[in-house]
Amino acid sequence: MPQLFKRRANAIANATIMGGGLIFLGACGVVFALGRSDYWTRKEEAPAQPVPFSHEHHVAGLGIDCRYCHTSVEKSSFAGMPPTETCMTCHSQVWKGAPVLQPVRDSLQYGRPLRWTRVYDLPDYVYFDHSIHVDKGIGCASCHGRVDQMPMTWETQPLYMRWCLDCHRQPEMHLRPLDEVFNLAYASPQNQFLVGRTLEEQNHVHHEGLTDCYTCHR
Amino acid sequence: MNMNTWRSMDELEDKPAYRDWLQREFPPLASEWTNEASRRSFLKIMGASFALAGLSACTRQPLEKIVPYVRQPEELVPGQALYFATALNLEGYARGILVESHEGRPTKIEGNPEHPASLGASDVFMQAEILALYDPDRSKSVTNGLEISTWDEFLALVVREREKWKSNGGAGLRLLTGYITSPTLLSQIEALLKEFPNAKWHVHEPLATKTPQPIFDVAKAEVILAVENDFLGPGPAQLKYARDFASRRRANSGALSFNRLYVAESTPSMTGARADHRYALGPRALQELGMALATGASLPSWGDPMLADLTRNKGRSLLLVGDSLSEEVRQFALNWNRPLQIAQPLPSRGDSLPELLRDVAAGKIETLVILGGNPAYDAPVDFKFAEKLALVPLRIRLGLYEDETSALCQWRLPEAHSLETWSDARAFDGTATITQPLIEPLYGGKSAHELMAALTGNGMVGGYDIVRQYWHAQHTGDDFEKYWRKSLHDGVVEGTGGGKPSEFAPHGRAETSGSGLELVFRPSPSIRDGRFANNAWLQELPQPFTKITWDNAAMISPATAKRLELSNEDVVDLKYRGRLVRAPIWILPGQADDCVTVHLGYGRTHAGHVGNDVGFDAYALRTSDAPWGGSGLAIVKTGLRHPFATTQHHQSMEGRQQVRVGTLSEFQQHPAAVAQAGEPAPGRDETLYTPVAYKGHAWGMAIDLGACIGCNVCTIACQAENNIPVVGKEEVARGREMHWIRVDNYFEGAPENPRLHFQPVPCMHCENAPCELVCPVGATAHSSEGLNQMVYNRCVGTRYCSNNCPYKVRRFNFLEYDRNRFESAPVLKLLRNPDVTVRTRGVMEKCTYCVQRINRVRLDAEKQNRPIRDGEIIPACAQACPAVAIVFGDINDPQSNVSKFKASPLNYGLLAELNTRPRTTYLAKLLNPNPEVEKA
Amino acid sequence: MNAPGQTPVVAPGYDSGSVTRKITDIVLARPLGRGWLGGFAFAFALLMMMNFAIGWLLMRGVGIWGINIPVAWGFAIVNFVWWIGIGHAGTFISAILLLLHQDWRTSINRFAEAMTLFAVACAGLFPLLHLGRPWVFYWLLPYPDTMGLWPQWRSPLVWDVFAVSTYGVVSLMFWYVGLIPDLATMRDRSAPRPLQFIYGVMALGWRGSARHWKRFKMAYLLLAGLATPLVLSVHSVVSLDFAVGIVPGWHSTIFPPYFVAGAIFSGFAMVLTLLIPVRKAYGLQDFITIRHLENCAKIMLATGLMVAHGYITELFMSWYSDDKFDIYMTLNRMFGSYAPAWWLLMFCNVLTPQALWFKKIRTAPVILFFIALLVNVGMWTERYVIVVTSLHRDFMPSAWGSYHGTRWDWMTLIGSFGLFLSLLFLFLRLLPAISITEMRQLVREKKEPQ
Repeated sequence: MPQLFKRRANAIANATIMGGGLIFLGACGVVFALGRSDYWTRKEEAPAQPVPFSHEHHVAGLGIDCRYCHTSVEKSSFAGMPPTETCMTCHSQVWKGAPVLQPVRDSLQYGRPLRWTRVYDLPDYVYFDHSIHVDKGIGCASCHGRVDQMPMTWETQPLYMRWCLDCHRQPEMHLRPLDEVFNLAYASPQNQFLVGRTLEEQNHVHHEGLTDCYTCHR
Repeated sequence: MNMNTWRSMDELEDKPAYRDWLQREFPPLASEWTNEASRRSFLKIMGASFALAGLSACTRQPLEKIVPYVRQPEELVPGQALYFATALNLEGYARGILVESHEGRPTKIEGNPEHPASLGASDVFMQAEILALYDPDRSKSVTNGLEISTWDEFLALVVREREKWKSNGGAGLRLLTGYITSPTLLSQIEALLKEFPNAKWHVHEPLATKTPQPIFDVAKAEVILAVENDFLGPGPAQLKYARDFASRRRANSGALSFNRLYVAESTPSMTGARADHRYALGPRALQELGMALATGASLPSWGDPMLADLTRNKGRSLLLVGDSLSEEVRQFALNWNRPLQIAQPLPSRGDSLPELLRDVAAGKIETLVILGGNPAYDAPVDFKFAEKLALVPLRIRLGLYEDETSALCQWRLPEAHSLETWSDARAFDGTATITQPLIEPLYGGKSAHELMAALTGNGMVGGYDIVRQYWHAQHTGDDFEKYWRKSLHDGVVEGTGGGKPSEFAPHGRAETSGSGLELVFRPSPSIRDGRFANNAWLQELPQPFTKITWDNAAMISPATAKRLELSNEDVVDLKYRGRLVRAPIWILPGQADDCVTVHLGYGRTHAGHVGNDVGFDAYALRTSDAPWGGSGLAIVKTGLRHPFATTQHHQSMEGRQQVRVGTLSEFQQHPAAVAQAGEPAPGRDETLYTPVAYKGHAWGMAIDLGACIGCNVCTIACQAENNIPVVGKEEVARGREMHWIRVDNYFEGAPENPRLHFQPVPCMHCENAPCELVCPVGATAHSSEGLNQMVYNRCVGTRYCSNNCPYKVRRFNFLEYDRNRFESAPVLKLLRNPDVTVRTRGVMEKCTYCVQRINRVRLDAEKQNRPIRDGEIIPACAQACPAVAIVFGDINDPQSNVSKFKASPLNYGLLAELNTRPRTTYLAKLLNPNPEVEKA
Repeated sequence: MNAPGQTPVVAPGYDSGSVTRKITDIVLARPLGRGWLGGFAFAFALLMMMNFAIGWLLMRGVGIWGINIPVAWGFAIVNFVWWIGIGHAGTFISAILLLLHQDWRTSINRFAEAMTLFAVACAGLFPLLHLGRPWVFYWLLPYPDTMGLWPQWRSPLVWDVFAVSTYGVVSLMFWYVGLIPDLATMRDRSAPRPLQFIYGVMALGWRGSARHWKRFKMAYLLLAGLATPLVLSVHSVVSLDFAVGIVPGWHSTIFPPYFVAGAIFSGFAMVLTLLIPVRKAYGLQDFITIRHLENCAKIMLATGLMVAHGYITELFMSWYSDDKFDIYMTLNRMFGSYAPAWWLLMFCNVLTPQALWFKKIRTAPVILFFIALLVNVGMWTERYVIVVTSLHRDFMPSAWGSYHGTRWDWMTLIGSFGLFLSLLFLFLRLLPAISITEMRQLVREKKEPQ
């Protein structure tokens, strides 16, 4: 009776046993990595918008303050999106006939709201409040990045819960003086830790309860 | 206090019936098999669900849109709620409300503290109106016969008709409405009647069979005897009465100035549950008692000391009698009470229903306009309203629903909901409120004012102009604008209140002669006279004492049940004066012997997809000569059975002292004794672990059982605030109701005449929460302020926490409840509270102490850099409670109201012996019995 | 080796050759019989029924079961505990009895181990299915997630994950390692080349060299040592699911030992329920002798008594505790609406095993079969009583309720038998149901003069 297996069968056997394990681990690794990839979180992905609005131009170029358009950022959980009127306050004079602004003009004319695509989209079970963060000295840039350098707006953070917790666990590392909140160019000092401690006092930041589930989830 | 309690009636005898009730299963998920759609789409959905199961974690979040305003309203800050003052009517009488509105969506109703009939509290009907507003079953289009029509076509018709009326002075024109207190509407009707002198206006209100009772100052009453009068139960003045009554039952603050309440009634009521002495008597016996009091005839043994008690306090005592008692008694009571009378609700004007029907029979009527109401369903059966209505050539109906009455009319006009219209209304004491719309009519409805404007030849005028014109005419002083704005803002029109006590005009009579079994009609505690039948929140609200949902029953006493060999869920024929209704039996401890109580409002056929064919129609037995019942009832067993869905199967305390009750004298002798019944809780130091210190706030709640009247409003207010789904009868019967706060109901003492107790049970937010340590994923954990947090988005649904919760206050979303037939209508998305997550299937949920409100207040305080004030945070249940029985606050602050409550010697923790250290505690209930009566 | 007058563990007149032939022929020579086909078809049908039930479950949610508030755990947990319990016999027989040098284990250990594996497979299903949101089951595993969260280690359910998965893995390895030499035998004895190839691959190139044997023995012994503590740990952990809870009827320190005893009790019951028919069907009376059955019966008697002791202690403690909730729970079990279940379990688990005191009964396969069957039922009922009667009336009378399995509960339970039996049928058809190597050894030992 001829040999059932060639000599190299052993090698193959070992290879498959080892390989099987490796492939499994590899698969796990891929899933693990994918879940953390920018593709997944849409980080640094600038979605198409009805109007190619450029923060770079309006903020850096024209020096318009964040609050001019995002009016309720200090009052409400929702920072507020500018109603068409706000756009038209200027654009009824400048770029009057510009074809790119046609949707805006239509919106006002026919009372049809503009439908922007969300860039920062938190799950519905997360109750984020802009006003309190602004009030306690968290800068816009901390989450939204250098918006003044974005021709089209993209997400600069993965928005993982872990990322939120990093800050909620030690806010002192991210606080800034209240008058710097809307300064997108603000750079935290070398001794941020010490500065942060004093800012905590000044801005009345209370540590306890910052990591309670109910702070963000209800 | 004797605690000889028995297991629930059937268990007492442990009948085989009860056994097979236990064994019985609802045909498991019969629905899936009968329901075509779900069987057909089985594979489809199955595939989808596998995708959901497998891939839900493996798909990128879809891109969402964000849609700003074109023109943003001035006062509106996106993400922040606005509140508007307006009012809702119950049988014509206004109760003032504040409505919470998110970006133009009304989402929640609260009481208006400025309003005398609300005082900041609310009742179940007020809370549920917000659901009624969005009800997808509301009538949506003008229809003429079978065709869809338009308002313009209707107006054209009115113009033609008016020509006719002009010629004959409106002969043959009739108006039929419910009770109306709206000054504007009344003036419009007057205008119509002035223009057409031969026209007539008729009024029909099923529950108001007599001139409304005057309103009395319960707070000033030392002794009260209520004979078949449920003044603490639902009604236009319930909230004021509850507040006043509770104010005389406070043992935790200041001097003990308890009042004393005697109740004699045929069937347990909220008032009866609060009685110090309660007597279950049939209607005949009650009438005799009343007469004995009026004529000074001899009373039962307990009667004399009671009468003495009343007389001793004459001028400070009340004798409240129900509509079912005879005029002599009512007149006697009225005179007795006059010193404490504070208001006389305006009696309704207009002629009565019988007169209308007489004219119909005589063929005098060509046009009948029916504003609201639903006479075809709730008119006395002997009127044969439906038949007679058919004789009227032109029938016009303005109604919220395509209901029984609409079905009989050619012209059916969709009515706008009170929250969609400009109008006005008066409270029981005459206080007027101008009601403003919260939202454009969702289904293109019009208000009664707008219809009246059309009838009076003013075409289609907007409700705003009509109401404003009226008040402009009323306003004498200068600067009307200011006056108008203030009235709107406050929700009350200054100087309209304090209605003068007017003379009492008796009419109608009560039927209490005869013999044999007696029948008693009562409005349903949850759907009233049937007008709320299509309101799923109210249908699923467990009725007091029976805890039945989605049903009404023929309620009889244990003794009567034994005599007639009836048991729960037996279906019987009720034969009454040649009429017959088929009804299931419920054995109700505390019910008077030989009398059967049935709730009105059920068995609707045109209510909508929620209210149709729920329960049986008791109106089919209700005749005009005996609106509240009478003798000559016969019960015939059919051998059929009808399963009830009750939320509490077991109503004895098993000697576990959940509700702790004492008497005032006991309390005065040993203040601590009452609350310390039952095992003591272990001390704080009796633990292996270092106790957690709560440095900042420590939220806690106290519930005063001495004040609670068991009105259920906490349950439904919570449901409205927290997006709690309705699950339907089958699911309730499986033990899956979702209410976050339930009102437990215990009987204590002899089955014939037990003591009745209520106990609201929300999450206890235990400091040693048993639920927390068994959750494998930490989805329920403790907050730094002592809240027992439940994180829906982390929950995997092992349900271990619920098993380990000794209070069983956790609720589980067993099936996709927010997609069931009650919740799936897209329009209901507008109703959801945006500050509370809508829970998905397979997730545990429970009372959060309304953490969204805590957070809102905290953020405001933080931003203004000030401490949170006591009483600034009010959970939905506490805000709604008319008796101020629920108090919430910071127990670290000794000055807070809740700390004061908890400092009371009556304070005790539920099952505290388990060392759960509940943050929610109770104040024991004190009774104030009359020693002489107890001797007798 | 054999005490005088004791039935031998192998009928006389066998040598290595005949042993090997007899066992391998079941797989290789025996034609595909009606019995097997019918049985497998039936089992597979049940399995399909379970798949249907599971599909509906994933589509609709756990609400299709009878569970509710207060009884939030039902069949799923009962079945889980029951199957895990059954899974204990195998490892007990192969590992513990191996270490105790019980020669009679040899002819049944392979079978028992297989049974263990399949039982664990069934058991593993239920904890997943009973989740409200099964698709996020992996949150129970400790891995660095994007939420910055970890499992909650105080929860027994997390311990379960580890206990059960470890048990599954170790029993699988133990079983497979034991199989290797036999697979080689199969390879050598099977005629068709593809079959040779398949068995060959599975045999991992076993050549039976002295070195192989040395390694094999060592590995087998090590795994036995590894498996032994698991036998005790797994069900102890499972029992903590209840013991950690405060529910009267759960909160009891006696649970771990009495659950383990119960597990082995039910495990052996299951071994007998399966062994007796199989032994008949495949004419293995010579290898699986009355002696085996009798020993199993003896172990059942012993563990049965331990379980009974557990019950009695429970009763005593609830009286001795003077705790009103505990006392009520006990009375409610005995006389409440679920009393029938309690009395049934007493009959099955306490009364029935007493028959095993009599050698006549221990040596009568048919009677044994039915006793074992009753014990299986009894053990399932025990778990039902523990889960349901404790929950349906705990602390707050106002929240008391009742529970009954729906058709879907039953379909899943019965379906799991389908899974179990299907696997078993395949095992009997494709692998040597009795360890050939060990039998050869046994025969050789018997031959040598004492």
